[in-house]
Amino acid sequence: MAEIKRIKIGAASCGLAAGAGEVVTAFRALDLSYPVVETGCIGHCYAEPIVEVELTDGSSIFYSHVKGDEKNVNDILALGEENRFTVSAERQKLEKLMVTRLAGRIDPKDMEEYKANGGFSSLAKAFEMGSEAVIENMKKSGLRGRGGAGFSTGMKWGFLAAKKDTEKIMICNADEGDPGAFMDRSLMESVPFQVLEGMLIGAFATGASRLFIYCRAEYPLAIKHLKIAIDKICEAKLNLFPGRDKALEIVIKEGAGAFVCGEETAMIASLEGRRGQPRFRPPFPTDRGWNSFPTSINNVETFANVPVVLADVDAFTALGTPGNTGTKIFALAGDLKYPGLVEVPMGVTLADIVYTIGGAEKGAVKAVQTGGPSGGCIPAEEFGARVDYDSLKALGAIVGSGGLIIIGNDRCMVETARYFLDFTHRESCGKCTFCRVGTMRMYETMERIVAGKGVPEDIDFLEDLGQKIRKGSLCALGQTAPNPVLSTLRYFRHEYEAHVVDKYCPAKVCPALSDVAVEETKCIKCNLCRKGCPVGAISSDIKVDNSKCTRCNSCIEICPKKAISRVKKGTGFDSSK
Amino acid sequence: MDKSFSYLEELGSSRNELIKALQMIQNREGYVSDDGIRAAAEHFSLSAADVEGVLTFYAQFKRNKPGKYEINICDGTACHIKGAPLIQEWISAELGIKDGETTSDGVFSLCVVACLGCCSLAPVMAVNGKVYGQLDRKKLIKILNEYRKKEA
Ligand SMILES: Cc1cc2nc3c(=O)[nH]c(=O)nc-3n(C[C@H](O)[C@H](O)[C@H](O)COP(=O)(O)O)c2cc1C
Ligand code: FES
Repeated sequence: MAEIKRIKIGAASCGLAAGAGEVVTAFRALDLSYPVVETGCIGHCYAEPIVEVELTDGSSIFYSHVKGDEKNVNDILALGEENRFTVSAERQKLEKLMVTRLAGRIDPKDMEEYKANGGFSSLAKAFEMGSEAVIENMKKSGLRGRGGAGFSTGMKWGFLAAKKDTEKIMICNADEGDPGAFMDRSLMESVPFQVLEGMLIGAFATGASRLFIYCRAEYPLAIKHLKIAIDKICEAKLNLFPGRDKALEIVIKEGAGAFVCGEETAMIASLEGRRGQPRFRPPFPTDRGWNSFPTSINNVETFANVPVVLADVDAFTALGTPGNTGTKIFALAGDLKYPGLVEVPMGVTLADIVYTIGGAEKGAVKAVQTGGPSGGCIPAEEFGARVDYDSLKALGAIVGSGGLIIIGNDRCMVETARYFLDFTHRESCGKCTFCRVGTMRMYETMERIVAGKGVPEDIDFLEDLGQKIRKGSLCALGQTAPNPVLSTLRYFRHEYEAHVVDKYCPAKVCPALSDVAVEETKCIKCNLCRKGCPVGAISSDIKVDNSKCTRCNSCIEICPKKAISRVKKGTGFDSSK
Repeated sequence: MDKSFSYLEELGSSRNELIKALQMIQNREGYVSDDGIRAAAEHFSLSAADVEGVLTFYAQFKRNKPGKYEINICDGTACHIKGAPLIQEWISAELGIKDGETTSDGVFSLCVVACLGCCSLAPVMAVNGKVYGQLDRKKLIKILNEYRKKEA
């Protein structure tokens, strides 16, 4: 019988937040004869903490929701049947693990293990074929930047390579500002060497002399793993390219909490120690970038793709659809059963991702928000759409960085759109008028509507102003800021109309437009709701006083008889009237 | 220059390092004081107004001393639709502080942030960097009480 070779515990941020730290301690305390290592994230964040038991015959057994207690640990060491974790056959059929092949499967801090799994072979190949051939191959692969805009990586690199300056800069955009997206975090935490190999290949091919990684400060573990990997790479002199007498300088810079710094010209300003305000393009950064040196900026996932592309260009182009080659990693969150990461070929349908992979219940989902605050929502009726740069654009949304937020039936689309505008109007850098003032006016209008003070004219106003902000803004933050409103207006206009005309929130989410009421025939007077109410809004005869109630849902959740629900404003009890 | 900021010397004098310098000051003091701004300005030969202008652009920097336990509550997209605003309200009601404020005893401060990257566990908050996921009212109160006990 096969024996245990190694215990691997998923200890990326998602695993640690679920309690992986205690699990690691529990296994380490046992002084086992085989190693216990902390790995990264395999993407199944809903099942964390996850433990993988590697066997001597090369196979593995996975356990989910592992607790650090004795019984659980002993159970796993005895290869017990309980809590075993498998991936459904339907999901396996859709998934294509190219970029995330090693994520969560190897020790992120171990360069030798990365090498043993084919790591740095693409870099060696790049040295062999020469810089021009690398760029040719990148162009041939059709790889489009994964940071949102989808620009050809090969072409961008070609622009930088053509520059004759002695100092050229390459930046890795690890700002991952889209709230609800965590692909880049996971890659940096799980396979930092792979991300760095992509950057080394890029720097070699373009002749870049200096490399920055601009990482958001909220990702301390990613920064830690990158630092370890950089030290090991420099020690092994992998940053000293053939034919160069000076080693490539690699510097990590921590962001300071500004969404707009994900935009490339703002990022450059930030790296120069200035306010992170974008500037007009052209000149493009490849002509005039950091401290005026030619600069190329690529996203983390783009770089992580590079070693995969170079390893076998034909295998890469065989995936996806023409014009949208390769795979994309999506971050699933919101109202679904299996939140986490998934890597699929470009061109699978939204239905595949939301239902088959995400496990969301058909009929319970009304929309999915793609591309975060710059993206749009797509209604369930359109889930037959293929997920690639061009198809989603046609629907008024974008792939963006790859965050997918699944929105259930009981959410209010107007409130959701208001939330995104709240985010963008605060993140507007203030430089151009349409973005600064326009998003503010849109936000105020949305606030009025959810507060029940909207008028029918507001809808036309939002549409008109949204189009103007799109056209009149300097950078993509402003140009895309109206998208959440415009796309919800396109598909969920009836919800807006209900708010402004009938003063009714169909999802009964907006506090100003809903009351909480107890259905007397169902109520058994168990008093659980009254005890659970944080503001004392429920009387001894179990009536909800809506002038006190904050709509926190505590009572609705606690009621064993489902007797309490939200109702239309004015139909519940209110002591102040 | 004020001696207590002599660690800035290791950065060199290029303006490129200004944000890094402010981060170093905040890491050590918990916030950036007026003295910190003056020291950074002097170090990079900039005006204090220039430094303050950069500082105020970035949400990370604090100009007031934070509490012993810094609560970062996530209001990113995933957390928002999973009820982050309520969590925020409950914390505010429990501790009597709003976003950006510190309790009068200096124990807790509250800051609303966008996305801690643990969206699959939404709603999420972090106390001094330790992340707590899948929050509901019961869990939240339990966590707050644990920290309170430590202080009692
Ligand atoms: C407001 C704004 C925020 C952005 N945030 C990010 C980000 O967090 N990460 C990222 O990779 N790209 C972001 N981008 C896109 C970058 O400007 C740029 O297109 C990208 O980094 C290029 O890399 P790629 O070609 O590899 O995609 C953002 C753009 C805008 C306008
Ligand atoms: S949205 Fe809260 S952790 Fe990402």
